[in-house]
Amino acid sequence: MSIITKSETPKVADAVAVRSWKLPILLGVLAVFAVVVFVVLGPSGTATFRISQDTDAWQVPNLVVPAKAVGVLVSIICVALAYLAWRQTRDAGKIAKWVVMTFAVVFVVGMMVWIIGGTTTQNITLVGLFSGAMLITTPILFGSMSGVLSERAGVVNIAIEGQLLAGAFTAALVASITGNAYVGLFAAAVAGVLVSVLLALFSIKYVVNQIIVGVVLNVLVSGLTGFLFEKIMKTKVDGLTIYNQPAHLPNISIPLLSEIPIIGPTLFRQSIIGYFMLILVVALWFGLFRTRWGLRVRAVGEHPKAADTVGINVNRTRVLNVLAGGAVAGIGGAYFTLVAVSSFSKDMTGGLGFIALAALIFGRWNPIGAALAALLFGVAGNLQSILSLAGTPIDGQFLAMLPYALTILAVSGFVGRALAPAADGEPYIKE
Amino acid sequence: MSGTDKNVPAEQTPGTPGAPGNPGAPSIPGATGTPGATGAAGKPTAPSAQGNADKPGKPEKESSASQVVREIMSGSAMISVLAVVVALVIGGILIAITDTRVTTAFGYFFGDPMATLKAIWASISEAYGALWRGATYDPGARTWQGRLGIFETLTFATPLILSGLSVTLAFRVGLFNIGAKGQIILGATFAGVVGFMIELPPGIHLLAVMVAGAIGGALWGGIAGFLKAKTGAHEVIVTIMLNYIAVSLVLYLLKNQLRDPSSSNPISPRMHETAMFPLLLGPNYRLHAGLIVAILAVIVVSWLLNRSTLGFEYRAIGANPRAARTAGMLVSRGYITVMLISGALAGLAGVTQLAGTEKILDADIAGSIGFDAITVALLGRSKPWGTFFAAILFGAFKAGGTSMAINANVSIDIVAVVQSLIVLFIAAPPLIRSIFRIKEARSEGVSA
Repeated sequence: MSIITKSETPKVADAVAVRSWKLPILLGVLAVFAVVVFVVLGPSGTATFRISQDTDAWQVPNLVVPAKAVGVLVSIICVALAYLAWRQTRDAGKIAKWVVMTFAVVFVVGMMVWIIGGTTTQNITLVGLFSGAMLITTPILFGSMSGVLSERAGVVNIAIEGQLLAGAFTAALVASITGNAYVGLFAAAVAGVLVSVLLALFSIKYVVNQIIVGVVLNVLVSGLTGFLFEKIMKTKVDGLTIYNQPAHLPNISIPLLSEIPIIGPTLFRQSIIGYFMLILVVALWFGLFRTRWGLRVRAVGEHPKAADTVGINVNRTRVLNVLAGGAVAGIGGAYFTLVAVSSFSKDMTGGLGFIALAALIFGRWNPIGAALAALLFGVAGNLQSILSLAGTPIDGQFLAMLPYALTILAVSGFVGRALAPAADGEPYIKE
Repeated sequence: MSGTDKNVPAEQTPGTPGAPGNPGAPSIPGATGTPGATGAAGKPTAPSAQGNADKPGKPEKESSASQVVREIMSGSAMISVLAVVVALVIGGILIAITDTRVTTAFGYFFGDPMATLKAIWASISEAYGALWRGATYDPGARTWQGRLGIFETLTFATPLILSGLSVTLAFRVGLFNIGAKGQIILGATFAGVVGFMIELPPGIHLLAVMVAGAIGGALWGGIAGFLKAKTGAHEVIVTIMLNYIAVSLVLYLLKNQLRDPSSSNPISPRMHETAMFPLLLGPNYRLHAGLIVAILAVIVVSWLLNRSTLGFEYRAIGANPRAARTAGMLVSRGYITVMLISGALAGLAGVTQLAGTEKILDADIAGSIGFDAITVALLGRSKPWGTFFAAILFGAFKAGGTSMAINANVSIDIVAVVQSLIVLFIAAPPLIRSIFRIKEARSEGVSA
């Protein structure tokens, strides 16, 4: 025994010795950025955050902060944390999780204060910021849940964009014809599943490269919905485009919860899609990591051969997961036409499916992580549109780049390491 | 530095193919292999059969001839043609069932079934007739430009050839370059800076524009190649993200530094005349010398892949990166250089688009070329000349699609449907085989 342990000790030491300096370097760069931008170039005014809306039951006073002082404080904390990260990497080879988390939170706060302190309006409603963000977050989140479902089972899903678009179109069409938004919602799920059927057929049955299928399906759905939009939805009957006037899903307020500042109006005054989203994230997380079903799905995604050996039907699991993912993304697509805006327009998903892919990766294929990433991307997106109206020190286009840049950093290992399920994208052919 | 260290343990464990070092590498050649494998199965046999035919004489010659026939009948070429046919049929069905003439005629189908069939025929023949005439030759058009749509086809094909080559080249190394869009944008942006900000003598100016565009594209593609080689970041994800970053970047530049002061839109000033490709057929047609650049690029890439040492290395890496590494090839260097070249080709596509067709830079300069490039490369089965002809076909779809939208009132989106169906069918040869009950050629090819 002792001999074995001895021979293994150097291996462990080797593993520890492979330390990555990427993260401390990144934190260091960001800390320098904080010092230069927040302090040296920082605005001297104040930033006002409005927390309550006028209609809220509990009024919380506005938060007014001096931008310069916050900038100094944020920079000091950032520099200290970057130094700590550097020391931890040198001594222990890895960085404690809380250091990175705190750094991220502090940095984002500093960023917000800097941006808002520098605008001409100098105040911002936090409720507006977050509930506006939900308009972007919701489809992203549904899309990334679709990705979680299929990629955890080992099928790369680039077709999220197509699934969302198919859902949006079908929801609009069916809800217009039937006059019932819930029927439209159901039809959207079916449409998403149909896209998934193609994805499963070609990538699992015919073993076509999953990335190719995904890319091509996006083009197919975009062309198909665009064509039918021109042919059907633009047709006017008595001067009205009757096939593009979907009924709306009503907002449902939950009595007490909806009165909580910020969280209430953001999360508890939503349509049924929004509540489904909350349940879905938790259910998927629980399902994947705490149930037998989840264990099987992950086994299929990580090591299909082993899963097959113990009697799991690999391809059936994959097909079912891809189909379920399609239904989820279809519902997310319905959000566009049944909640967010009141009619379909060509290519209205506008690349959110790809941001969903980014959220999936940035959230490391974990439902909760992906949900948080979707929220972050939603806030960034909404901030961008708010800022485009007010004069700001930062151009909105750079905020638009944020999700994509973060994802590149994540996959190249600067922000932790985003590792896909081991068999993601690999077809399984039973021998 | 640390990135290369990190790769080592990942690649030593054979059980973790999805590890950062090579997530795409083993999966993509194998899976792309579905289209590629038939080509690979057919290709090695063809030269060997020919080699035999040269020496002994008649009997082998016959077998090589029958080989050719078999190749055409059941091989990749036939599959491609049938895929196009099936896709056009499905497109036709879509056109027919959404046509009001057909739906009204169908209302009294049992009274007069011929009327429905006639309406269907009228609907489809009108649409595809307009498509064909728009893409080739339209005797009825009023102007000469309208009459010779074939030149419009070639104009549309030019950037598709270059960007298709970009995807093809990366494919052969086992990399999936979805970033043609971003690379086109960056190429066009770099070309634009040289083209409308700097004054140079004619000739040299155009050359400088092309070099700048190639550098811009290479830079953007190189990022993905570098990250793939050094950190194992999956190139599909990186290139998709770089596409969006490129759009935001060019929008920012067009709003600020590159903006045309006389315009309120985010567009650049017009390129200088000296920076533009000369028109090949006079001012009546848009066809420009970019086509010649594209054809030269096909020849160069074809030589690079099939005749050069570098191309051999690329194909070896694409077939099996681990074996290539064992054979002493620098796989990571291969990833970086191929993405640089691939990016440069897409950048040149951006140049032809800006300095030949559009003349003014805007954020939508790439249009759908970036994604079309992928379908072009797939249809061309990742071979340079295959890509060339696929690009011309898709150029014809684009040119004809416009005329179809105007003359037959069929939305141009149907072209996207047909294109994507073609690629789906080509990517899944078993499906086409089962539709037409063609015997599988692969086993024969291997035994022969």
